[in-house]
Amino acid sequence: MIKAILIFNNHGKPRLIRFYQYFAEDMQQQIIRETFHLVSKRDDNVCNFLEGGSLIGGSDYKLIYRHYATLYFVFCVDSSESELGILDLIQVFVETLDKCFENVCELDLIFHMDKVHYILQEVVMGGMVLETNMNEIIAQVEVQNRLEKSESLPFILH
Amino acid sequence: MALKIVKGSIDRMFDKNLQDLVRGIRNHKEDEAKYISTCIDEIKQELKQDNIAVKANAVCKLTYLQMLGYDVSWAAFNIVEVMSSSKFTYKRIGYLAASQCFHESTDVIMLTTNQIRKDLSSPNQYDTGVALTGLSCFVTPDLARDLANDIMTLMSHTKPYIRKKAVLIMYKVFLKYPESLRPAFPRLKEKLEDPDPGVQSAAVNVICELARRNPKNYLSLAPLFFKLMTSSTNNWVLIKIIKLFGALTPLEPRLGKKLIEPLTNLIHSTSAMSLLYECVNTVIAVLISLSSGMPNHSASIQLCVQKLRILIEDSDQNLKYLGLLAMSKILKTHPKSVQSHKDLILQCLDDKDESIRLRALDLLYGMVSKKNLMEIVKKLMLHVDKAEGTTYRDELLTKIIDICSQSNYQYITNFEWYISILVELTRLEGTRHGHLIASQMLDVAIRVKAIRVFAVAQMATLLDNAHMLTGNTQRNGICEVLYAAAWICGEFSEHLENPMETLEAMLRPKVATLPGHIQAVYVQNAAKLFATVLKSQEGNTDSTTAQEASQLMIDRLPLFVQSANLEVQERASCILQLVKYIQKLQQKDVEVSEEVCALFAGELNPVAPKAQKKVPIPDGLDLDAWINEPPSESESEDEQPKAIFSKEEPKHSRPRHTEVDEKELARRREARKQEQANNPFYIKASPSSQKVYQETPGVEHIPVVQIDLSVPLKVPGLPMSDQYVKLEEERRQKERAEKKKKDKKKRKEKRSGRGKKHDSGPESEEDITPAHMVDIVTEEMPENALPSDDDERDPADPHKALDIDLDKPLADSEKLPVRSHRAAEVLKSPAEDEEGENVSSLEPKKKSSKEKREKKKDKDKDRKKSKEEKKKKKHKHEEKEEADLLCGQADEPAFQSEETNEVVTPPTSTSADVSDLDFWLSNAPVPSNTQEAATVAAAEAAPAPGAISVTTPDSEPEEPKDTEMEETKSSKHKKKKQKREKEDKEKKKKKKHHHHHHHHGDKGGEESVQNGTVEEEEPLPPMSNYCLLAENSYIKVMMEDADEAYDIQGNLQDGSQVVVSVIFENKCDSFLKSMEFNVLDSLNSKLQRPEGSGPHDSLTIPFQLPPGVSNEARFVFTVQSIIMPQKLKGTLTFIVKNEESSTHEKLDFKLHFTCTSYLITTPCYSDAFAKLLESGDLKSSSIRLEGVNMPFHHLLARICFHHHFSVVERIDSCASMYSRSIQGHHVCLLVKISSQTVSVDAKCDEPTLLGNVLDEIKQTFSQC
Repeated sequence: MIKAILIFNNHGKPRLIRFYQYFAEDMQQQIIRETFHLVSKRDDNVCNFLEGGSLIGGSDYKLIYRHYATLYFVFCVDSSESELGILDLIQVFVETLDKCFENVCELDLIFHMDKVHYILQEVVMGGMVLETNMNEIIAQVEVQNRLEKSESLPFILH
Repeated sequence: MALKIVKGSIDRMFDKNLQDLVRGIRNHKEDEAKYISTCIDEIKQELKQDNIAVKANAVCKLTYLQMLGYDVSWAAFNIVEVMSSSKFTYKRIGYLAASQCFHESTDVIMLTTNQIRKDLSSPNQYDTGVALTGLSCFVTPDLARDLANDIMTLMSHTKPYIRKKAVLIMYKVFLKYPESLRPAFPRLKEKLEDPDPGVQSAAVNVICELARRNPKNYLSLAPLFFKLMTSSTNNWVLIKIIKLFGALTPLEPRLGKKLIEPLTNLIHSTSAMSLLYECVNTVIAVLISLSSGMPNHSASIQLCVQKLRILIEDSDQNLKYLGLLAMSKILKTHPKSVQSHKDLILQCLDDKDESIRLRALDLLYGMVSKKNLMEIVKKLMLHVDKAEGTTYRDELLTKIIDICSQSNYQYITNFEWYISILVELTRLEGTRHGHLIASQMLDVAIRVKAIRVFAVAQMATLLDNAHMLTGNTQRNGICEVLYAAAWICGEFSEHLENPMETLEAMLRPKVATLPGHIQAVYVQNAAKLFATVLKSQEGNTDSTTAQEASQLMIDRLPLFVQSANLEVQERASCILQLVKYIQKLQQKDVEVSEEVCALFAGELNPVAPKAQKKVPIPDGLDLDAWINEPPSESESEDEQPKAIFSKEEPKHSRPRHTEVDEKELARRREARKQEQANNPFYIKASPSSQKVYQETPGVEHIPVVQIDLSVPLKVPGLPMSDQYVKLEEERRQKERAEKKKKDKKKRKEKRSGRGKKHDSGPESEEDITPAHMVDIVTEEMPENALPSDDDERDPADPHKALDIDLDKPLADSEKLPVRSHRAAEVLKSPAEDEEGENVSSLEPKKKSSKEKREKKKDKDKDRKKSKEEKKKKKHKHEEKEEADLLCGQADEPAFQSEETNEVVTPPTSTSADVSDLDFWLSNAPVPSNTQEAATVAAAEAAPAPGAISVTTPDSEPEEPKDTEMEETKSSKHKKKKQKREKEDKEKKKKKKHHHHHHHHGDKGGEESVQNGTVEEEEPLPPMSNYCLLAENSYIKVMMEDADEAYDIQGNLQDGSQVVVSVIFENKCDSFLKSMEFNVLDSLNSKLQRPEGSGPHDSLTIPFQLPPGVSNEARFVFTVQSIIMPQKLKGTLTFIVKNEESSTHEKLDFKLHFTCTSYLITTPCYSDAFAKLLESGDLKSSSIRLEGVNMPFHHLLARICFHHHFSVVERIDSCASMYSRSIQGHHVCLLVKISSQTVSVDAKCDEPTLLGNVLDEIKQTFSQC
């Protein structure tokens, strides 16, 4: 199970947070801070796994993260997930974002948090991996985008 | 209306959208909070508007603000409004917001049930998808219960997109509403074979998640997963399955054997590192499960460890990490294999990456031995000094203590060394683990008596240098060790070299800055020291020292009397008064030391941590019952002490009377505190140390204190632990040298050269003797402590509720709640009908999946055929099965008694599934078992001679009149007999006498049968040869006691055939058809099948059963050896057909062939009988039956009836009997009775057969 997905930038500013277990808002912020504190002090050439997030989960949980340019993508998972598998999944997710936004950069995430959520919803659902095939993910996202567009048109025409 | 919309859209143009909000926030970096609060005001306005577009926009912005940490739960209702919009765009916004901020206690959730249900059944798959996604995040127990059925329906949706989402969300539903697991599971299982890979992956995901927590319930799915593993190409699915197998193998080692080969193949073929790693991991799990107890597997473990070493040495840090992680799994079971890589692991301790260092630390735990403990700890101590950051340093500290204290200090040879390590650890500043060090000090000092002298000296130094520990902050956790130091010095003060000095150190004014609970201990132990000083001065004519001590106490204690801490204050004032009095006595030259020492006499023994829990509750004590009436509310609880013991008190609610005045309460509280303070283990829950954690909001707030190097690191007067390492080395060397000498001496004496190995080889564990006699006092347990019944699992764990047996067939009551208009409605609601359809549509699929599985088994078989090795394995397995059968004999009596009682509970399919699994695991080949093959078999079944003979289907009502019944029966028998040409005439006669009757399961006899051989007055009790095989709500299957055995030795070389009549009775209101009978053949007994059908095909029963009708079919079995009883597992499948639907059903049964059933009643004349006995070829055996309370003729009749004997001769209370087996063994009995004791002397040419027959006879009479 994935317990949380956090995306924040090099300064710890959250760009997307998705908790699959309930935490109150202040707790969520604290978790983001703690996670950022743990992740940011790590060099880029060390491993992508991290234990010891005291706020989120216990010993069974792990932080698995990737650092892309200005953004950290952090998944908090339990031992039922494969470590390397999740790393691949992050890669798939980022590549999907790249396809959907055409050369994704931090600004896309900043201004289109909702869209990023919709994409993420096609990858992970309720803490479980829903789809790992990028083409399938993109296809579903696009159909829904078209649906959204078709709904906005008649509104103007009427 | 149109105007309104236009107006709305114009409004919207002026509203900020999400992008505007984000931009605004970025532009107001200085006063972000203020800007956002104005935005929230705007949003509130927008939410008040009727226009849904405006509302959706506002909700979208709220979702963003939620991410920034703003609580938006106040808008929950508006979110629900947006969710219920008919437009997908808005609906999606609403659901996203809900998934971000709804949780179980959001009260508007209960308003959403109908909306969500509507969305789930929306014709637009994306509406459904969005609802499912949202629901997955905020599903509550209520929603789960109300929507479970809807979601289950969606699992069969036409669109795979919906199916996969519905499958995934079922996991959340199970968690919230565990009752849904069993009804939904069959469909979930079905989805494992969904044509869409996404759906398949989702199903695998869910089942793996379920199985991870309760693996044993999912063992029966192993064949299915195995098939998936060999067929799937989706790495994600493979990883999940392989991980699941890793969890299953410890439960079933045979599974592991099966897995090794495909896993190795995957390892060789895959390019995905993630998959490869998981394969390696599971292989390790398999090897561990296989090698437990089998030393020859340790080689493969060794290989794994070597491979992991390669991973760890890899430059990729991720692989290094994972290698260490996998290594720790091996460590648990094979510490020796890992220990040889100590170098590598110690090297990882120096890695720049903290994650890797932590992993390496974890491994160290299992690598220590008596030999290397000091060395490893030394290395760790170096790291402690070097470590930056408290987290890692604290981790190191706890690890050092863990390593040293593990399994009752097993690896510590020198406790002086350990104490000095602990003392060295106290130099760590800013550590949170002061209490941990303190408890170790206490534990060692209390339990290792030999160390007390040393410990006390060390503690005294520590107390003397207390200022170094308390250095900077009050909060410093390390000052906890002073608590231990003070207590040790006080309690074991007789070992102190200079108690006076220590007393002085304990009463320094600086002590008053310590936390209250530590001061209290100081004061109390100062009193103990004082007593020791007095005692040491006893008899000494010069009483100045004693008087000095009293004076010191009187001077210093007033400081503590003023303490704000109640505990300290009270103790100090008590002791002060006491000392004052003593001083007066001293001035009068009265000897007081004895009385003062008596205050602290007696030794405290360590108490096991669970001792309290294990005190058995005395009979008649009900802890939950009120002793007095419950007090009226509002007793203030907050003043209760926060010690650990107080936790237990409220449970047993000692009700307090409200009349008790405050004073009394305070006094009691004090008494309790006193009690706690005197308990050395009170430290574990000391309130202040606890508080420290609660108050620290996060790691970043913990002040990172660097070690101030200006302060000398070495506490003066303390020996460094390093010295011990050296000393220890020397000591061991000396020991070795001495040993060598001894050895040499021995060798000289014995002149044997074998001793060489000893001195050249490495020092073994046993060689190292502890430095001094270590006497670890075991912890005390209460008398008659209860056995440990600790449940390791957290009771709050939601997965506990999901520990449900999934193999049991569904009961009628187990249905998902279906929405209906009124509970009292008689007519079925449409939803229910739908479910009925669901069920029926489900069944054939189930079957098809089964077929597939069997096909796959077939494939397996083919593959196996190609490999000689495998065949061997198979053979082994079959042998094993046989062995199982043999073992089964022991269970036989119980089994039989169940049968004859005829109250046999229908065998649940659990056993069947388990046997399926056994079967699969046993590698037995399975032929293709498609529908066609079955029908072909059916077509051939009729002409096949002897395979199945059918009697006229009689359509009599369920309870026919006796006479009718008899008639039909006898006609039946006649018919049967006509068909058989080899029928023995004598046997026929016997049959007529016997009058088999089979009534429906109950033993209340309708007719009594008289054995022809007996003449007597008393009627015989009814005897039935039919026993219940299996029964469910549809059908009842009974087997005639296989007495139709007949010899066809002429046809088969040495095989024999047994005919079994089975009666099938339809018990339900539906028509039963397409019945198929199948038995899992064993090596010894095989169901005879028509030519051309494979050894595992089922036989079609050539009749159908209308409601209430029973009919009989006969099956022929070929039996190789008859000297052992046999049990065969079998299955009956059939279709239940009524007006609306037809379902496929299955019933499992066990055929039991007793040895008796291989005997044929054969008459024998007394002269032939005598000749036989004289021949001397027969082995004899005998049994005695005690307490047989029946007339002799009944006894004989029973033996004749149940065991197919005939009476040769009877003289008074003695009779000779004879029977013959189908393979021609002679069995002779001599039965005697004298006052309730029956002795049976028997002779037979086959001793095993004889033994079994006698056992069966014994069994028959033990049931009377």
